[in-house]
Amino acid sequence: MLDGPTIASSIHDAGFSHVVWIPDSHLGTWETAIEQSSLVLVRPTREGEAVAIAAGLLIGGAKPLVLVQCTGFFEAGDAVRNVVHDMKLPLKLVVGVRSWQAVRDGKSRDNCPTFAEPVVRAWGLPFTWIEPTADIAACRTAFATLAAADSASVLLWAE
Amino acid sequence: MMTHLQALEVLAEVRGDRVVITTMGSVGLWPKLSDTPKDFAYLPSSMGQAIPLGLGLALAKPGLGVIVISGDGGLLMNLGCLVTLAQHDVPLTVVLIDNGLYEVTGGQVLAGAGKTDYAGIAKSCGITRVAQFETADGWRSEAAECLAGDGPGFVWLKVEGVRGQATPSPPRPMAEQLLRLRAAI
Repeated sequence: MLDGPTIASSIHDAGFSHVVWIPDSHLGTWETAIEQSSLVLVRPTREGEAVAIAAGLLIGGAKPLVLVQCTGFFEAGDAVRNVVHDMKLPLKLVVGVRSWQAVRDGKSRDNCPTFAEPVVRAWGLPFTWIEPTADIAACRTAFATLAAADSASVLLWAE
Repeated sequence: MMTHLQALEVLAEVRGDRVVITTMGSVGLWPKLSDTPKDFAYLPSSMGQAIPLGLGLALAKPGLGVIVISGDGGLLMNLGCLVTLAQHDVPLTVVLIDNGLYEVTGGQVLAGAGKTDYAGIAKSCGITRVAQFETADGWRSEAAECLAGDGPGFVWLKVEGVRGQATPSPPRPMAEQLLRLRAAI
């Protein structure tokens, strides 16, 4: 399993300056590593707010990464619509897909994995997946690719 | 009670070189008072997101003064953003235009209109620089001081509600606004 220090260094080395996040039980394991890195961690109160903070950071020339669970991404739809399609800012998100492994293994009936990718598609966002078996090289490549994309993009994180 | 326009006229006198982000009804009024590259009409918008957008800008540009003019309806859609704002030592002042109405949709009554203590909310969230005014004279007498000082601030302005207002339009397309703002900061 990819650990926090690997994630934090991958985010940093990809060129991101800020992490704006509302963690879930999976993403939250990265907190200490992010805090100990040179990334600036911003803690908003809900996901649409995280998207808007990232928009302001982008306007000001910073390189933010929004990290949220898919449930929060669903909630943040209008903020995403505005930032990506009205303002046309290159918003970058990591969206944790809750229960992805458990549903795959028949151990959960959580419907989050059912809706995550279709909702990302609905907002017109290019996306890639990273799965639990990913190695460090794949992780680093995923963040580097996300950061380098000219347009708004999503990395769906299978939890 | 002051009018919305009077509230903004006072602000225009004291805003200095700060970035001013306008929302909703203020978008239609502010360009008559100021239309520089540092005046950013957040329209089209996502309601309730102007304050976090301003916070992001302030975090990206340390020391940049930012004023966000928010309506009461917009603030209520995202009250938690005041908690977030209070965590950061940034020179950002929220100017709340409280008319008790969803003005741009015709003037429907807002939840809690006339009863909500926005200054109390701001203080409870941890913002220490908080003021409130109902008259233009009172606001004018302390406006400059309200914008000065370190850290986030919150100014609650009670204004007359007006029904039947036309839906405002931004003074120029979003792409052009962003280019102007980025070049100016």
